[in-house]
Amino acid sequence: MALATRTDRRPSRARTLWDSSVGKKTVMAVSGLIMLLYLVVHMIGNLKIYFGAGEFNHYAHWLRTVGEPFMHYEWTLWLVRIVLVVAVVAHATSAYQLSRRDLRARPVKYAHRRGRSSYATRTMRWGGVILGLFIVWHLLDLTTGTVHPGFQEGHPYQNVVGTFSTWYGDLIYIVAMLALGLHVRHGFWSAAQTLGAGSRTRDRALKATANILALLLTAGFIAVPVGVMTGVVS
Amino acid sequence: MRLTLRVWRQRAADTDGALSTYEVDDISPDMSFLEMLDVLNERLILEGEDPVAFDHDCREGICGACSLVINGEAHGPERTTTCQLHMRSFRDGDTIDVEPWRAAAFPVVKDLVVDRSAFDRIIQAGGYVSVPTGAAPEAHATPVPKADADFAFEHAECIGCGACVAACPNGAAMLFTSAKVNHLAVLPQGAPERETRVLDMVAQMDAEGFGGCTLAGECATACPKGIPLVSITGMNKEWLRATRRAGKR
Ligand code: HEM
Ligand code: SF4
Ligand code: FES
Repeated sequence: MALATRTDRRPSRARTLWDSSVGKKTVMAVSGLIMLLYLVVHMIGNLKIYFGAGEFNHYAHWLRTVGEPFMHYEWTLWLVRIVLVVAVVAHATSAYQLSRRDLRARPVKYAHRRGRSSYATRTMRWGGVILGLFIVWHLLDLTTGTVHPGFQEGHPYQNVVGTFSTWYGDLIYIVAMLALGLHVRHGFWSAAQTLGAGSRTRDRALKATANILALLLTAGFIAVPVGVMTGVVS
Repeated sequence: MRLTLRVWRQRAADTDGALSTYEVDDISPDMSFLEMLDVLNERLILEGEDPVAFDHDCREGICGACSLVINGEAHGPERTTTCQLHMRSFRDGDTIDVEPWRAAAFPVVKDLVVDRSAFDRIIQAGGYVSVPTGAAPEAHATPVPKADADFAFEHAECIGCGACVAACPNGAAMLFTSAKVNHLAVLPQGAPERETRVLDMVAQMDAEGFGGCTLAGECATACPKGIPLVSITGMNKEWLRATRRAGKR
């Protein structure tokens, strides 16, 4: 006897991806890695603050002219911005939806509580919220200048020194960068698992890479306010 | 041994429950955890009280029926099933908390018994191979490389107990589902349904209301059969592969 053949049609790939918890996690992993790549480049660029106002401002200007003459003034910059906005929105939306599913799936807590999983793992949600709020503040502070007293358009060096000359500027920034380190520590390794790139033999290498990335990013970003606080950058 | 037990008592699925405290005496360290509960239940029956309901069947660690969260850990402090946990793992005078598996997809039926039929439906969605069965086939007709056979066997060890779900902070069934997906994905018998299996099982897992994986790793720590966390990575890879290929079929 022949078995019946399945002929039902499956939903489109995009639907399958977005409707599935595994697929949505893939969206998180890919958008997270895009942001991570950007942050590595951003961190290295920021360190140019140590070479003085001329070089830093020149670098900031170059960001607007990359790709010319093929690209028009600021086109490349806007392209990067659009990719990042899409990544942040996709990441945050999936994070919100997946977190809601997770909380609903475990409505009753155990009466006997135990300390469990690492700090980086437990702080992904709140750490993510801190990063989201930080991104908004950071844009209003150093991109638009909305919350920055004495903001000078086109003078990023002076603006950075301005921000890190206030105690709250330093505090917000340093707390956010510590949160970033924790997020990347669990996030990078998680993304490898989500994308199916992890394995028993690769696990140590992936964890080590996650730790090194987290450490370098946090240290590299924090070096800027520390430079201003210590007067090395002024 | 003399012990104080705080046991979850709940008359029925739709009533509220609470922890009740019981003292048990004369417990031998060689008793299993379930035998210790038998002692309590015999006394409760003699006293005309309702005995504590809990699931069990083989009592030798192979059926996956027993399901207790003991002091906040699925199957208790040792890496084994509750039926294979012995009282020597506790100390005289200890207070022990006993709770049911907690997950929205595993509703409490009574006391410590939960309904795990969501697992059956995940298996029905794809955890099988559609081959004509009959007389046992010739063992050498379908060669399987030793490494693949070992990999499949390691995952076939899952007994469907649900400790992974109970331990997971998100009530996720990823470890259980990945064990079955990996088990069949490497075998030639599983090849024809390789893509539909993982897509359908993951879809059913979501439909049952299990949570998602945040790679906390609690499941693999609780699993009495040592299904590793990397199995979930393997299932993610299978799922992505099947999604990529789904368009071509
Ligand atoms: C809008 C702000 C953000 C929110 C709300 C957020 C939230 C989250 C949450 C809830 C998770 C899942 C945690 C888990 O699986 O336990 C996650 C994972 C992740 N995040 Fe973020 N995050 C944000 C920003 C970032 C940034 C700026 C980066 C870039 C470095 C990033 C990189 C990652 C990566 C790589 C993962 C792992 C994805 C995976 O598990 O496969 N996130 N995020
Ligand atoms: S994966 Fe382990 S803990 Fe989960 S159901 Fe199977 S045997 Fe039980
Ligand atoms: S009763 Fe069968 S595994 Fe415990």
